[in-house]
Amino acid sequence: MLQEMRLVLRNAGKIDPLKIDDYLAVGGYQALKKARSTDRAELIEEIRKSGLRGRGGAGFNTGQKLSFTFKAQADQKYIVCNADEGEPGTYKDRAIMENDPHAVLEGMAICGYAVGATRGYIYCRGEYPQVADILRTAISQAREKGVLGDFDIEVCLGAGAYVCGEETALIESIEGKRGIARSKPPYPPVCGLWGKPTVVVNVETLANIPQIVEKGGSWFAGIGAASYPGTKVLTLTGDVVNKGYIEVPTNTLIRDVIFKFGGGIVGGRKFQAVQIGGNSGAIIPESLLDTEISFDAMASIGATLGSGAVFVLDETRDLRDVICSMASFFEHESCGKCTPCREGTLRLSELCEKIRAGRGSEADLELIRRVGQTMSLACFCGLGQAAPTPVLTAIKHFNLLN
Amino acid sequence: MRENAEPAIEHEQEKPMVKLYPFESYRGERERQAAETDKELQKKEKFEQLLKQSRGVQSELIPLLHKAQAIFGYLPKEVLLRISKELKMPASRVFGVASFYAQFHLTPPGKNVIRICKSAPCHVAGIDRVIAALEQELGIKMGETTPDGKFSLEFTECVGQCQKTPVITINGTPFVNVRPDKIKAILAQY
Repeated sequence: MLQEMRLVLRNAGKIDPLKIDDYLAVGGYQALKKARSTDRAELIEEIRKSGLRGRGGAGFNTGQKLSFTFKAQADQKYIVCNADEGEPGTYKDRAIMENDPHAVLEGMAICGYAVGATRGYIYCRGEYPQVADILRTAISQAREKGVLGDFDIEVCLGAGAYVCGEETALIESIEGKRGIARSKPPYPPVCGLWGKPTVVVNVETLANIPQIVEKGGSWFAGIGAASYPGTKVLTLTGDVVNKGYIEVPTNTLIRDVIFKFGGGIVGGRKFQAVQIGGNSGAIIPESLLDTEISFDAMASIGATLGSGAVFVLDETRDLRDVICSMASFFEHESCGKCTPCREGTLRLSELCEKIRAGRGSEADLELIRRVGQTMSLACFCGLGQAAPTPVLTAIKHFNLLN
Repeated sequence: MRENAEPAIEHEQEKPMVKLYPFESYRGERERQAAETDKELQKKEKFEQLLKQSRGVQSELIPLLHKAQAIFGYLPKEVLLRISKELKMPASRVFGVASFYAQFHLTPPGKNVIRICKSAPCHVAGIDRVIAALEQELGIKMGETTPDGKFSLEFTECVGQCQKTPVITINGTPFVNVRPDKIKAILAQY
């Protein structure tokens, strides 16, 4: 019997998230204490050695990110927690923040100490006002107890913009501007919020950090897949029996996620496809289900782990209709700054509509491939680069023409 | 000849005030109007106090817009201009930000805002039927407000409750596993 492995969600359901004493009783903020008695460079090396990679979708080595900011010279540095969980089908960050907000705060404070930052911001999406309240309560309790020391955290509430999950758009939004991605380089670890070195880290990544400090980098590196160690919180949606969140080691197979943890397909129907990683994730057919969910294994089949959303479709679903919904989502969420994305998302959506109406031809598929390739190469930020993925993979693995 | 004549300029007709309490007598109407003006003044006062607490820095723009919207229900032009003066930034920038984010309203929405997610997990769970039921029950289309100002229907991004699709939110409170036949009972709570 396969079992979940709860590291990030270790306290979920066991402690009262609104009581800091509960968190302290299970050893909370001990890792921060330990971190502060360690040399900064050593601490960062420990995190780098753990192999922890960003859980928001990009999969960048967190220790490396910290070391860029650590080395940057500046009078002020910032830690930003990316809690703008806008990916459809994803609610893992909400689950973490609702169940164990202090783990996120502790992770931020450890990062703050490591790079020499005294201020942190949590950018919480506007759709989660109740989560922002939990975070604010947790912050004021932590301040009262004095556990954060000289590190202070503020919650910024977004106002409804998918693109703000992109780190530079998120920074623009904290600065009080329209959430439009900046040109890179320079990257945020060197030049971010108000032009200062800024580490932008996902909620789930941060929640991993206290345990890595506590139990050591090599302990963490030994869990799950070697190139993307640790666990991943996945959210199951669609035609799967057990909808909800699970946390599993990163070497778990997609098939097990759906059929063991997910309990298979609703009503005993047949599996058709699964989309992993949110709206910009690849559509994966049955033949590729024996792939590990780790970042690199997914990349090897042309898919992404992304945010960890697992959206299952049974045999009765019209895939053409589903990709239309995805394409129109991007048409709406494109910020319009760059032409390949603004025009590309619109054209892809039109082409998908044509295919849904049964008027698609081989030439349309070819056009989709060309538009898609142009977008993934030429779009300004991750939104546009990833937007064609579901459509491209759907036409690759399935026959949508008749 | 008449076909070629310049079209008469259409003046925007002054909209008749929506009567919230049509059963009230004329005598009650005056008091009601006075009370209404009083309420408006209170809102303005609250808003001014809010501005007094601000530090006048750019990063306060989005929090200020959130708070102003909580007071007025939406962001009227005068409020945006006042904020631009307070934060010493061009009105165009304030408007740019207010119009960029989906949650800011530049026109008055209904008292209760119903937001509907259309993304794939809700889509396959049958959100279209829920939308149809809502539109029928309220007698309005998506993006509109009921004539009595009680409900507005608008699209939103995924609200992150996809464990129980389809999902709608009313004033930010999520309702999960919504079926068309549940709509009446949900609306009755407001």
